[in-house]
Amino acid sequence: KQGGKPEHVDAPAEFSFPPTFSVSEIKNKQRRHLMFMKLKQEKRKQKVAIKKKKKKERDALGDKAPPKEVPKTIENQRVYDETTVNPEDEEVAFDEGTDEFSAYFNRLTNPKVLITTSDRPRGRTVRFCNQLATVIPDAHVYYRRGLALKKVIPQCIARGFTYLMVINEDRKVPNGMVLCHLPDGPTAHFKVSSVRLRKEMKRRGKDPTEHSPEVILNNFTTRLGHSMGRLFAALFPHDPQFVGRQVATFHNQRDFIFFRFHRYIFKNEKRVGIQELGPRFTLKLRSLQKGTFDSKFGEYEWVLKRHENDVCRRRFNL
Amino acid sequence: MADKSQVCSVWVGSETGILKGVSLSKKQAFNFCEMSCLSRDQEVCVLGWGDEHETEVLVGSVNGTVKTFSTEKGIFTETRQCGESTQGRFTGIAVTDSALITCVETGLLRVWKEGSTDTVEINAGTNVCRMRQNPSQRNQVATGGKENGLKVWDLERPETPIFTSKNVRNDWLDMRVPEWVRDMSFIPDSDKIVTCTGHHQVRVYDPASPQRRPVLEAHFGEYPLTALSLPANQDSVVVGNTHGELAILDLRKGLVRGCLKGLAGGVRGLQCHPSLPLVATCGLDRFLRVHSLEDRSLQHKVHTNTLSFSYTLSTPEAITGDVEEVKEEGGEVDEVWDTMEMINDQAKKRATDEEEAIVTGVEKTMKKRKVVK
Repeated sequence: KQGGKPEHVDAPAEFSFPPTFSVSEIKNKQRRHLMFMKLKQEKRKQKVAIKKKKKKERDALGDKAPPKEVPKTIENQRVYDETTVNPEDEEVAFDEGTDEFSAYFNRLTNPKVLITTSDRPRGRTVRFCNQLATVIPDAHVYYRRGLALKKVIPQCIARGFTYLMVINEDRKVPNGMVLCHLPDGPTAHFKVSSVRLRKEMKRRGKDPTEHSPEVILNNFTTRLGHSMGRLFAALFPHDPQFVGRQVATFHNQRDFIFFRFHRYIFKNEKRVGIQELGPRFTLKLRSLQKGTFDSKFGEYEWVLKRHENDVCRRRFNL
Repeated sequence: MADKSQVCSVWVGSETGILKGVSLSKKQAFNFCEMSCLSRDQEVCVLGWGDEHETEVLVGSVNGTVKTFSTEKGIFTETRQCGESTQGRFTGIAVTDSALITCVETGLLRVWKEGSTDTVEINAGTNVCRMRQNPSQRNQVATGGKENGLKVWDLERPETPIFTSKNVRNDWLDMRVPEWVRDMSFIPDSDKIVTCTGHHQVRVYDPASPQRRPVLEAHFGEYPLTALSLPANQDSVVVGNTHGELAILDLRKGLVRGCLKGLAGGVRGLQCHPSLPLVATCGLDRFLRVHSLEDRSLQHKVHTNTLSFSYTLSTPEAITGDVEEVKEEGGEVDEVWDTMEMINDQAKKRATDEEEAIVTGVEKTMKKRKVVK
């Protein structure tokens, strides 16, 4: 092979002259490819050698070896958010004791959910709504008929509904959700993605029963996350029926909320078996608005501004 | 309490009735609350200075009470009942020559004289959104609201306003343009008034000119503008809308000079510093931010725990260490600050206060471990 090998001049570490030759400067594609493959193989060999050496050292030290380093992940490296709620914070406790959800959390109201879609939904969205209605107890699905939401809301309030859920559809697939807490509560607008209906789930159990599920809310740490958590918790009745052994999970990770619905069974004290029932989807909060749905004149408590979130990869809002 | 209140340079009122003083040098918010009477009907609607020297803060709440807070002593010194909650929320508060002026949403503008119980009342129409006082002529106030145009009143002649604005001409479809004045401000050294509307317009009115229609109209964004403030020296105005977009508009031509970034929630309160090019904003995202107007960068950001529902007011004292102090006793203040110890909390938030704990059990469980397969 006449490909030029990269020349390494014995120069001191501070400056290197002439500039080192890189593989990408070879004009012939075949030769360039071969050189690149060689380079990669060498690098791989070096990497394996380093790993072997480390393992040897670790074995040699035996018990005195330093503990294995935890790999850095974006969740580990998350920047400390100053809005993270301290559990003993009285102000937040008072705020939550008197906000719009307090009626639910003080057991004065029971949830009643109205599920609807954007106008003229396609089959997938309709099936998704029906499946959601089986997952959420006391949920009713209504056809939209092109009605304006601002006119629907007073009627819902009159009939005692506590939540209005509107699944928005685009190109035959559900892609958005507006969740409005009814008497005068906040309206959250989400982006919905990765919707999997029951048919598409592998190894799923039988259809969910009428029992109220338990609710698990994971990782809602900031003040905004707290509000979101309360929003989701208020969708379900207060007392879960443990007989049904069903659990709905809202897991927040990196500002995406993953919804899963499982049935569990305890095989013994320590082992549990779960089967996934029900639809699964992912939500991302786009805006939280005070008051009922009013996108033009309503006041927003939080709005997702995408470019301002791009500044730091390790900063999250929920 | 007193030393905490003296350090605070910005005052914010919250939804739960707590008056928060924010010290920008320490990046902390301190709560000043009357014993343990937190409740939603104490929600602060308006804040105003009680006197010229900015030693007293007037706090107007939803239930109709106006409390006076002394910044030197650090406690609430007085409470007055100025109307009931049925009459609507306070939309403006001001002080002239020992008389207190309050305005509520239903349009009732009252002047409460010290010592006597009778009040001078003006009916400013219905649905008043804001009432402001002219800083140079303190017996003039302006009111405006939803379908209630800008009116300037002289308190000595309470029957009719001295200036009533007229709505702009019908638009290109020959339909009436709706009006909704959300906030207004008197431009110093002239008669003009600049208003911002819920239909994302900024208008300038000139009572001295023969036309009652706006002299200048500018548009910004697509969302209702909620707050407005005039910076110290330039002919520009800072506005904020419900989406958290803050912009500096130029009043000569009505063009946007620049936007201030960082806010994530609706802007509720906006105040420019009287002499320095700084603007403080508070909003529904529970942060107090101070931006510099020259390079539009964020200077300070302090977390206030509850939704800030009303105005921030800043004192002319040192806003930061690097910014020059305006007060004459600059040197003395420095010394005092050096002698004060730094409060090192674990949390960067406000220091805990002495009120009794009101803990209502938070029933939702956080961080419950997931069931393992």
